[in-house]
Amino acid sequence: MKKTLCFYFQVHHPVMLRKYRFFDIGKRHDYFDDYVNASTIKRVVNHCLPMNDLLLELIRRYEGKFKVAFSISGMALEQLELHAPQAIDSFKRLADTGCAEFLAETYPHSLASLSDTDEFENQVRHHMKKMKELFGQTPVVLRNSSLIYSDQIGERVAEMGFRGMLTDGAKHVLGWKSPNFLYTNAINPKLKLLLKNSRLSDDIAMRFSDKSWNEWPLTADKYADWLSDSAKESEIVNLFMNYETFGEYQTAESGIFDFMRYLPEAVFSRGDFEFLTPGEVIKKHQPVAPLHVPYPISWVDEERDITSWLGNELQTEAFEELYKVQEKVKRSDDEALKRDYERLQASDHFYYMRTKLFSDNEFRRYTSPYDSPYEAFINYMNVLSDFILRVEESDRKRDEKPETRKTKKR
Amino acid sequence: MSIRVLMFGWEFPPHIAGGLGTACYGLTKGLASQGVRVLFVMPKAGGDEDQSAVRIINASDVEMMASWTEWEKYKENVRFMEVGSNLVPYMSPDLFEKTVSETVEGKRASGKISYGNKFQFSGKYGANLMEEVGRYAMVAGTIAAREQFDVIHAHDWLTYMAGIVAKKVSGKPLVIHVHATEFDRSGEHVNQEVYDIERKGMEEADRVITVSNWTRNIVINRYGIAPEKVVTVHNAVDFKNSEDTAEERGVKEKVVTFLGRITFQKGPEYFIEAAHKVLKRYPGVRFVMAGSGDMLAQSIRRVAQLKMATHFHFTGFLKGDDVQKMFRYSDVYVMPSVSEPFGISPLEAMRSGVPSIISKQSGVAEVLKHSIKVDYWDVDALADAIYGLLSYPALAKVVGESGFEEVNNLKWENAAIKIKKVYEDLFV
Repeated sequence: MKKTLCFYFQVHHPVMLRKYRFFDIGKRHDYFDDYVNASTIKRVVNHCLPMNDLLLELIRRYEGKFKVAFSISGMALEQLELHAPQAIDSFKRLADTGCAEFLAETYPHSLASLSDTDEFENQVRHHMKKMKELFGQTPVVLRNSSLIYSDQIGERVAEMGFRGMLTDGAKHVLGWKSPNFLYTNAINPKLKLLLKNSRLSDDIAMRFSDKSWNEWPLTADKYADWLSDSAKESEIVNLFMNYETFGEYQTAESGIFDFMRYLPEAVFSRGDFEFLTPGEVIKKHQPVAPLHVPYPISWVDEERDITSWLGNELQTEAFEELYKVQEKVKRSDDEALKRDYERLQASDHFYYMRTKLFSDNEFRRYTSPYDSPYEAFINYMNVLSDFILRVEESDRKRDEKPETRKTKKR
Repeated sequence: MSIRVLMFGWEFPPHIAGGLGTACYGLTKGLASQGVRVLFVMPKAGGDEDQSAVRIINASDVEMMASWTEWEKYKENVRFMEVGSNLVPYMSPDLFEKTVSETVEGKRASGKISYGNKFQFSGKYGANLMEEVGRYAMVAGTIAAREQFDVIHAHDWLTYMAGIVAKKVSGKPLVIHVHATEFDRSGEHVNQEVYDIERKGMEEADRVITVSNWTRNIVINRYGIAPEKVVTVHNAVDFKNSEDTAEERGVKEKVVTFLGRITFQKGPEYFIEAAHKVLKRYPGVRFVMAGSGDMLAQSIRRVAQLKMATHFHFTGFLKGDDVQKMFRYSDVYVMPSVSEPFGISPLEAMRSGVPSIISKQSGVAEVLKHSIKVDYWDVDALADAIYGLLSYPALAKVVGESGFEEVNNLKWENAAIKIKKVYEDLFV
C-alpha cells in the first residue's frame, strides 16, 4: 500500500477593528476598519491567486492524482466576496476539479470550542452552510481554529457527526509516538485524528527561504528524498500550513512556486507516496491508537498550547465578558448584532492581547496592528462595552413584546 | 588594572533638584561594582554624600594654581557667559541663593587669580549659573593636573567646560554624558549659549553617551555629531531607599496623577485636555497635577475654564516622602512629556505598583514594555488609555503587576557594564 501525503492549507483573515475610543461607546456601532480590511484582503489576494492557479495547473496535469485540502474561515470568505470576488471564483474552480476538499471550521475562526456555550456548534454549522453554498461540499472533517484540540473538543466534534479532525502532532502529547499515523479521540474512537508533521511542514512554511538554514536551498528533489526516508516508518505525512506561506511568507523570488510546481513530479518519480485529502485519509487508513489530550493543544508557539489567546488576565477577562452575552445574542433576531458577535469572536483579537512573548525578540510572522497588547485590549474592550449595551437593549426590547410579556405573567 | 575615572557632576544626593544627581549616584555605584574607581567632582558638596562608591571632591575647596595657562585660553569664553533668562533646568530662580563670594568674583573679573584662592560655588541653578559654569571649568583644570586618572566623564552641559579643560590639561580621553539637551528644555526656543557649550562639549568629546535613542537622535541631527561617536546607555533606577507603606485614601474616587515640573517639556496641557475628555464620560475620578513650574498659572486657569476644578487638583511642589505618598495614592500615572531624554518618574510610579501611561517621545519608552505608550499630542489616545485603566480592572492589574516586575529588573549594573565598555574602547 502506498503511503499518504496530505496537504492542507489554512486561509483566514479577521475583520479588523477600527480605532474605537471610549467616547464612541453608546454612540457609534461601526466597529470595523473598512479601509484597512479592504486593502489587506486585496494584498493577500495578489499572493493567493497565483498559488490557486498553480494548484489548478497541477491537478489538471496529474489528472486527479494531485490533491489538496483547504479550510477558509467565514471571515475570509466574506471579505473575499466583498473585495475580491475573483478569488472566490478561483476557489470554486478548484472545488470543481474534485481534487480540493474543503474542511469545516468555526465561521469566524473563533475560540468558541473553549467556551462552555453552544456557540461552537452554531458557528461550525454556519460555516458548513457556507461551504455548501459556495463550493457544493458538505465537509466530513473539521479543523478547529489554529488546530486547537483536546479530548473534550474532539468528543463534541464527534457528536456533531464528524469522522475526522486535524490537530498538531505536539511533542508533549505524542511523546515517543510518531505523528505519521492515524489516531483516534480518547473518548469517542469514531473520530479520527490527523496530526501535523511539524518538521516537514515547517521546512516549507518557515525555513524555505532561510539562507542561514544548513539545508538551504531546498529543492523538490531533496524534499522528496526526505519524504522517502520517512516513508519507512510512517503511513501518512500531514503537511499543514498557512496559505500565506506561498507568496507572502515565502516570496515568489524565493522560488517557492517552482518548488511546489516540481514537488508532485519528484514525489511520483520515487513511487512511495500518493496525495490524498483528509476525507480520503480517514477512509483509507486504520487508526493505530487513541491519543490522550487532556489539555488543549494548538499549532502555535514552541509550547503548542492555547496561552497565546488565553494566557493572561486581559485575555480571560475579554473572553469571559464576550461569552457572558452569548445566550442573549442567540435569542435576538437582530442580524447585525449576530454578525458583529461572530466577528468579535475571531481568535486574532485575543492573540493581539498576548503578553507572553514580550521578553524575547524572536522572529514573529504574525504581527499585531497594535503597538502593545494593552492597546489591543483597550480597543477591544471599548468595542465590546458598546456591543454589550446593544445586546442589553435588544434583549429589553424583546422582553417588551406582547407575547413575551404574557409568558412572564403566567 | 582597574579604570580610574575623573567625573564631573553638578549635584549628588542628598542635595538634588532633579534627576541628574540621582542618575549620577546610581551610575557611580554601578561602576564601583564593576571595579571602576570614580573620583567625583561637584561644585558644592555638603559633606553628607554617600561616598561608599566614590570619592567626592568639593570644587569649593580646591585652591587655584598660580601659573595656569589653560585659564588664559578659556577666560575669553568664560567672560562671554552672560546670564540667560531661561537657564533654569530644574528650579525656579527664586530658589537660587547667591553664595558666590563677591571678592573672588572681583578677582576673576580682573583675571588676577593667585595661588591659594578658592572659589565659592552655590552648586545650584539660577541667575549666575553661567559664571559658575566657567569657574567650575577653571577648578577642573587644577584638579586634572593634580589627580591620577585614565578617563574624564562629564555629566550634562553644566560640566562640559570642566571636562574640556580637564582633557586639555591632562590629555586623557573625554566622555560626555547627555542626560538632556537644550531642545528638551526649551523646545525650539533654544538658548544659543547653552547650545554652543553643548555642541562644543560633544565635539571635543571622544565619546558621547546619551540616555536614550531619542536623545541620541537629537545629538546626531541637531548638533551634527558623527553617529559612530554617540552611544546610548539607558538609565536605570535604584529603589533601595524607598519603603512601601499602604496609604489611607481620603477620597473614594480613583486618582490619576501627573507629577513633574509644570513646564513646556512635560506637556501638562495635554494632561488637562485628556482629563476633561475622561471626566465627561467617567465622573468617578480625580485628577492631580503635582509639581510647580512656569506653566502652573496657565494650567490652573485652563482647569477653571473647563469647569472641572472640583475634580482636578494642584498640589504644588512635592518633596521627599510626599512624592512616594502621591504615587501610592494614585491609580494611574501619566507622563505626557513633549520631549523627555529619559524620564525616571514613571519608574517610581511603577515601583509603587501604579500602571503608567508615557509619551512615545520619551527615552523611558524605549526600555519599558509594560506601560501604555501614546504620542504626547494625541489627547484622544491619552484619554482612551486613562479610561481603559480606570474601567477595565484586568488591565490595571496586569499593567501594574508586570510593570512592577519590569522596573525592579532595571539595574544600574547593566548600564555600568555598557559604560565601562565605552571607556575600554577608548584605550584600544
